[in-house]
Amino acid sequence: MSALLSYIRVDSPIHRLNGATKLIIFLVWSLTGMISLDARVLVIMLITGITAFRISRIKFRDIAFVFTFISMFLLLNFITIYLFSPEEGVQIYGTRHVLFSISQRYTVTLEQLFYELTVTLKYYTVVPVALLFVLTTDPSEFASSLNRLGISYKVSYAVALALRYIPDIQTEFKNISHAQQARGIDLSRKAKPWTRLKNMLAILMPLIFSSLDRITVIANAMELRNFGKKKKRTWYSARPFGRNDAGALIFVLLLSAAVIIFTFYDGTRHYNPFL
Amino acid sequence: MGNIEKASASDNIAVKFKDFSFRYNSQKEPTLKNISLTINKGEKVLVIGPSGSGKSTFGHCINGLAPHSYKGEVTGTLEVMGKEASELGIFGASEYVGTVLQDSDCQFIGLTAGEDIAFAMENECVETGTMRQRVLAAAISVDMDKFLASNPFQLSGGQKQRVSLAGVMVNEVDILLFDEPLANLDPATGKYAIELIDDLQKQSGKTVIIIEHRLEDALHRGADRVILFDDGRIVADLPPSELLAGSLLEKHGIREPLFISALKMAGCGVRAEDNLQNIASLSIEAHKEKLLGWAGRGTGRTKQAAEQDLLEVRDLAFKYKSGTRAIKDISFSVKKGEMLAVIGKNGAGKSTLSKLICGMERPDSGSIIFEGRDITRDTIKERSLRIGFAMQNPNHMICKTMIMDEVSLGLKARKIADDIIKDRVEETLRICGLYPFRNWPVAALSYGQKKRVTIASILVLEPKMLILDEPTAGQDHKHYTEIMEFLKELNERSGITIMMITHDMHLAIEYTNRAIVLSDGIKIADDTVAAILSNEEAINSANLKKTSLYDLAIRLELEPELLIQRFIEDEGVKFHL
Repeated sequence: MSALLSYIRVDSPIHRLNGATKLIIFLVWSLTGMISLDARVLVIMLITGITAFRISRIKFRDIAFVFTFISMFLLLNFITIYLFSPEEGVQIYGTRHVLFSISQRYTVTLEQLFYELTVTLKYYTVVPVALLFVLTTDPSEFASSLNRLGISYKVSYAVALALRYIPDIQTEFKNISHAQQARGIDLSRKAKPWTRLKNMLAILMPLIFSSLDRITVIANAMELRNFGKKKKRTWYSARPFGRNDAGALIFVLLLSAAVIIFTFYDGTRHYNPFL
Repeated sequence: MGNIEKASASDNIAVKFKDFSFRYNSQKEPTLKNISLTINKGEKVLVIGPSGSGKSTFGHCINGLAPHSYKGEVTGTLEVMGKEASELGIFGASEYVGTVLQDSDCQFIGLTAGEDIAFAMENECVETGTMRQRVLAAAISVDMDKFLASNPFQLSGGQKQRVSLAGVMVNEVDILLFDEPLANLDPATGKYAIELIDDLQKQSGKTVIIIEHRLEDALHRGADRVILFDDGRIVADLPPSELLAGSLLEKHGIREPLFISALKMAGCGVRAEDNLQNIASLSIEAHKEKLLGWAGRGTGRTKQAAEQDLLEVRDLAFKYKSGTRAIKDISFSVKKGEMLAVIGKNGAGKSTLSKLICGMERPDSGSIIFEGRDITRDTIKERSLRIGFAMQNPNHMICKTMIMDEVSLGLKARKIADDIIKDRVEETLRICGLYPFRNWPVAALSYGQKKRVTIASILVLEPKMLILDEPTAGQDHKHYTEIMEFLKELNERSGITIMMITHDMHLAIEYTNRAIVLSDGIKIADDTVAAILSNEEAINSANLKKTSLYDLAIRLELEPELLIQRFIEDEGVKFHL
């Protein structure tokens, strides 16, 4: 059973990078992607991201569900922007090429389409890198990276444990929901959405209780083996910071600098093809 | 002189309780009452007692979880390796005491075996390079050095045990404390775990304290002393053989070893001089004649089930998406009104089989026939009209806070009229002995009663067959008997067919006529329980364990099946009286 969004253990250059490197790259990348609204550089970033994804040897089917989910969300975003601000593109680019008109308020312009596609593109440039970060970072190594970046090891470990138990809780949820379905509580798509939601909520109680049980046991097991005794701790799975890490970091920082310079070269965040 | 002697005597003490009592803050009464006990260095002590007897709390006091994590009030004194326990705290105690918890997967903290072994060292700020060396050394000592990079979930039960042992041994502790090490293990792995602990103790001379309620399995390699707890007090502190010869076990709800039951059935007087601690140590000569006479008087008859098939599984095969073959061409049938067991080691495909029957997974090929109708294509909900399924832990099934609501949940989902629901729920509660509690909140019930509530909430849907996953896992003898007698009565009175997934051989012997044995997704045996427990090949490949009855028969030079069958007959008589 493949779990949603959890570490996938394969060997690739991306997996071998230090967790801290990947965290920094992820942060820099997202920030850059958020700042720029220049479609040209966003396309370059997207291509780079997809290439990194290929290198990681993660299969598309492992993320197909999440990808579809994100795409649905972005589609919703696309529509919402249009509903609330149909003339946004016209304001930004200063020209108005009307394609067709729906009503007095809602006219579809080339500018609006371009603007919204750019916004969507911007999200898509972040998606492969965010997924890569989650899927290629061993939770314990991630904790050690957070700790290295100055975050308390207790917090780091808590984050790692949470990541690690996501698949377990998913399995547990599936088992409990099966047992409930076997006594006639319908959770399938055949049930009405409202009934289905109500039935899902009913399952949450046993799920929460079983998770709480688990947490007590884990907490005790950790404490019995000295977790929290000292102010610091070391990490078995810590990866040394290697030449590849330096290389990857320099590459991303340079790319990001280039992207920002290129974007703001003409004084705005936008690329205007209509001039 | 006197002083030196005194000093060396106290030097020899690992754990010393004196007038020690402990009361959890959440409880009115103390859980441990006036305990005085000394455990010497290098001793191997077995601590037994029914649930709620205080044996786990006893362990928690030694490793410091009580009162530092489980808050409570302490009176009297407790010294661990000569240090006052209240001053040590959990971290202080962990320098002397290594605790191995139940083999639940929760115990593994690290993501790989190596990381898990390293966990205590990480917290001690051992430098990464040194840590890797020490992990490797510890792994070699338990023969797990090839598996350092493995995910704990991919390891077998026995390998997990070895990793947890290595994880507490890296810190060079003096006392090893095992908290119900056998609870979730299949019989063969449990036996292996006990051998591992024993070998380790013999090599290292460490003090070993084992808290367990499975007495027979825990005594497989003997112990210096057995301490019996009940109601917060120590009621016996005896060498195993003396305890087994007396009547204290029965009085305090601990199951005696099967071979001792057999000796008693045969009318042999059991005495401490007979070395009763396990079947290998037993002096059998004096009892041979009586045993042979007893075993020979069996009728050799098994109770026949009705001939009508209720469920038929034909060439069922199933593969998980990840590619693991879980079930390979399994065929069998279940007769109406039967009570049978599906047994096999962890991961043999038992749970997958029950999921396929209930419709939670779809088979790749093969078919499932129920009362002559093909139900292979039916949904879970459609099958739930015929087949009920109860999970191992009742807390994972109960959704409502009130008993009435919980039991009526399935009927309400079927949109049945309220007055009919009320009648059916009350009727079911009566059958399950829960009628007096009908207006109680679920939280006020004991574990065994909760189990009944979950079974009641399935029975109310009037299925013809009930599948139970490990109905008695982790239960002491009293609760085990309570749950199983209830199921037996249900089976006899209402004729419901019951299929239990289990690795408890006692359960199979006492309560079922027939068992299906799975190993690596293949059905390797389908026979009477007596025949299976005499079939060495089936025992080995399914990770079952030869029961002491089997060994007893071998020592008597008898056909094992004959003796086991005779035993089951007598058991049956006992339960029906």
